[in-house]
Amino acid sequence: MEPVEPGKNAAVAEPVLAPGHSFGSVTDQISAIVLTRGTGKKWMGGFAVAIALLLMLNFAITVLFAKGVGIWGINIPVGWGFAIVNFVWWIGIGHAGTLISAFLLLMRQQWRSSVNRFAEAMTIFAVACAGMFPLLHMGRPWLFYWLFPYPDTMTLWPQFRSPLVWDVFAVSTYATVSILFWFVGLIPDLATLRDRATTKIKQVVYGILSMGWRGSAKHWKRYETASLLLAGLATPLVVSVHTVVSFDFTIAIEPGWHSTIFPPYFVAGAIYSGFAMVLCLAIPLRKYYGLEDFVTLRHMDTMAKIMLATGWIVAYSYIMETFMAFYSGNPFDRYMIMNRMFGPYATVYWILIAANLVIPQLLWIKKMRRNMLTLFLLSLCVQTGMWLERFVIIITSLSRDFVPSSWGMYYPTRWDWMTFLGSIGLFFTLFYLFIRFLPMISIHEMRELVHKTEEEPAA
Amino acid sequence: MAGRRLYGLMAEFDTPEALLYAARAAREEGYRKFDAYSPFGIEGLAEAVGFPKTRLPVLVFFGGLFGCCGGFFMQWWANVIGYPLNIGGKPYDSWPAFIPITFELTILCAALTTVIGMIALNGLPAPYHPAFNVPRFALASRDHFFLLIEAEDPKFDPKETQEFLEALHAQEVSEVEA
Repeated sequence: MEPVEPGKNAAVAEPVLAPGHSFGSVTDQISAIVLTRGTGKKWMGGFAVAIALLLMLNFAITVLFAKGVGIWGINIPVGWGFAIVNFVWWIGIGHAGTLISAFLLLMRQQWRSSVNRFAEAMTIFAVACAGMFPLLHMGRPWLFYWLFPYPDTMTLWPQFRSPLVWDVFAVSTYATVSILFWFVGLIPDLATLRDRATTKIKQVVYGILSMGWRGSAKHWKRYETASLLLAGLATPLVVSVHTVVSFDFTIAIEPGWHSTIFPPYFVAGAIYSGFAMVLCLAIPLRKYYGLEDFVTLRHMDTMAKIMLATGWIVAYSYIMETFMAFYSGNPFDRYMIMNRMFGPYATVYWILIAANLVIPQLLWIKKMRRNMLTLFLLSLCVQTGMWLERFVIIITSLSRDFVPSSWGMYYPTRWDWMTFLGSIGLFFTLFYLFIRFLPMISIHEMRELVHKTEEEPAA
Repeated sequence: MAGRRLYGLMAEFDTPEALLYAARAAREEGYRKFDAYSPFGIEGLAEAVGFPKTRLPVLVFFGGLFGCCGGFFMQWWANVIGYPLNIGGKPYDSWPAFIPITFELTILCAALTTVIGMIALNGLPAPYHPAFNVPRFALASRDHFFLLIEAEDPKFDPKETQEFLEALHAQEVSEVEA
């Protein structure tokens, strides 16, 4: 670290792009990862692990379809087991990607340029994992299309007042818009790959995907207008998606679910776990692909700070939830909180509090934010915490509701674990393919960043 | 190039500032049918080639409006007219419950209009464009900047335009086959 003058903000002085880069050098370095670097041994090793997990998922799903959801640990009263925990966890992870690409674009945060591409990829793959679970969770998954308004021969229509139907629209819109946003961002980079590819197959494939993009000034004008419009549309969308997910809970009268704090609490939690995932991906990526010039310590530091801030919004929600349980005078709510803290799932609750609230406070220390190993471990810790949070919300409320005669415990089976770990395999399989075949950093935005940093005289 | 029609003349520059200057100069000189190519969007370049405003936002507005009205109508028609269901004694037309999906469909239709509109207005996918006949044009997606004046421009003259472009300190001026 270079010394910084006293009174000067270190984060402002630090560059978002290492000095000495030109339009050509950023283009060459990023496109070389895809075009000339080849398939490395480490890539193959990681991909093999991911594929193995994916195969395990396929096995678990095959058995599930053959035997039904009875192989899972779900029962009555706990009808929402791991499937819904995983669904909420994955969709939350996706939120950071959209936030980086859309919200930070509107805020004109230049540092987003080097992280938005793989963060958006993360979003799409996380939504793919999330979208799978509600379908698997259905007793008759082949009838999933009943959720959509389609011309039915019996003139039946979906019940549009149901939050579960809202969820279908929110998640499918989110998946579509995320893919559109990602693809639009990729068009000029695909053209770069087309122009730089040396084999016929690559030229043809990237050529078709880039649709004949030639960088015309008129095209850029429409392109940039479109990017800005998409950002403006995606920002409220991302907030609405986790809000609708939280409606799945709040519309029910279950103690611990029926609460107005859920939408902001869920959105903050989503961003919290999402940034943790971005860091988890960025730290190994920049190391193994030598991208320290593009994804600098400043990025790491900024994202760690966002994690810390959203972590406190989540902490506030936990505190409010507990306070309201007592303040409301509602005996069921009060029992729900006491049951969470001291009931049969108390261990899970306290691990969640440690992983989500206590340990991440290390992020206040600058050295922790700048040591890649501790930051990586802290991100894993937050993701575990956020997964446990969804587990606690779903399982404790369902297992002990109003009437003691309807109480029951939930224990996950090995099929639950295989499906959960398998979804991580699906995510990483897709991610490995992405870093092998597409530029993981937006090349044209990096060129623009070079241009902007050239214009501004160095501070 | 024997026997092939001339599409235009292409000048190559190595900085965005040079291209911007050249585009403005070409406009002042009276050229109208020309385009500039760059590896990233340059502020002011679209205005310089005579394209100050795009209709895209208007299209997106109507796309969003369609999604909003259509989305609400779909739910209202299905749950009030098509197949009325009594849910917890609530009125059939319990419109606040229709808002989330109305919102999602507004965003969906607006986003689809944005992307399809951008691609269609740009005339993409374009499997062929004469500019690609210049081998060095491959650098337009790396670090070089190009100005292409079309032969169809009324002011175009192979010799004069070539001289004009060279006077702008173009690195290289090449003929583009149609």
